[in-house]
Amino acid sequence: MIDRMQITDILFYFLSALTLGSAIMVALARNPVHSVLWLIVTFFGISGHYILMNAQFLGIVNLIVYAGAIMVLFLFVIMLMNLNADSEPQKNKWLKLAGIVAGGCLMLVMVAALKDAETAGKEMQLYTGDIGLIKNLGKALFTDYVVPFEISSILFLSAMVGAVAIGKK
Amino acid sequence: MPVERYIFLAIALFCIGIAGALMRRNAIIVFMCIEIMLNAVNLLLVAFSKMHHLQHGATNPSAGIDGQLFVFFIMVVAAAEVSVGLAIIVMMYRNVHSIDINFLNRLKH
Repeated sequence: MIDRMQITDILFYFLSALTLGSAIMVALARNPVHSVLWLIVTFFGISGHYILMNAQFLGIVNLIVYAGAIMVLFLFVIMLMNLNADSEPQKNKWLKLAGIVAGGCLMLVMVAALKDAETAGKEMQLYTGDIGLIKNLGKALFTDYVVPFEISSILFLSAMVGAVAIGKK
Repeated sequence: MPVERYIFLAIALFCIGIAGALMRRNAIIVFMCIEIMLNAVNLLLVAFSKMHHLQHGATNPSAGIDGQLFVFFIMVVAAAEVSVGLAIIVMMYRNVHSIDINFLNRLKH
């Protein structure tokens, strides 16, 4: 049992370091193609967290939808525009610093506010629990949430029509 | 594992997304930073659903399943948002031959 807890801790810290490091690289990479590749690493880290929390369906869907479909879309657009590090617009150094300071201040405030929140110290389930399995999620999705599910298909249709209408002009 | 670890991880991811969106001028990279923020929120929703399940799972076996379905719907909306957003960026590139977001200040004048 103790061994399993330690392995879980090690996995959590490894996946967190992977996710945060590659997210920082997304924001800092000069070349937009490198940014997309680092974003794929970020999504793999987040999928690893989902699988660590035994939300297996969401882990796989995150990989297929984000790392598969959305990132291919980003890569296609970047290649279509022929962007590279030379054509990257450069921002004022002080504005960059202001962005980092603003993000850091927000992080400071949120950590200070949530440090002693009501949920502090509450335990959560890792590697057990069956609510994330596809059988239970599918049952809930097609009984309690069937109307939002159908509405989301209409949303997809309208997004497709919108993308074609905007891109065609 | 206490749930704060996931809260702090999600806060850090969200703030990296905000700092990236503020400091870059490339519209595509700003868009990617927004995706990072969406994913931070998804991660936190799953963590809270597991916390809720641990507390109420004995009485209600499907407690916390709503949180994971919300994440599913957020992914659906994000996919639709990306397709329309990238179409807008391509249209902007065709019109001004640049994806610098500082060109998008016509509403100011």
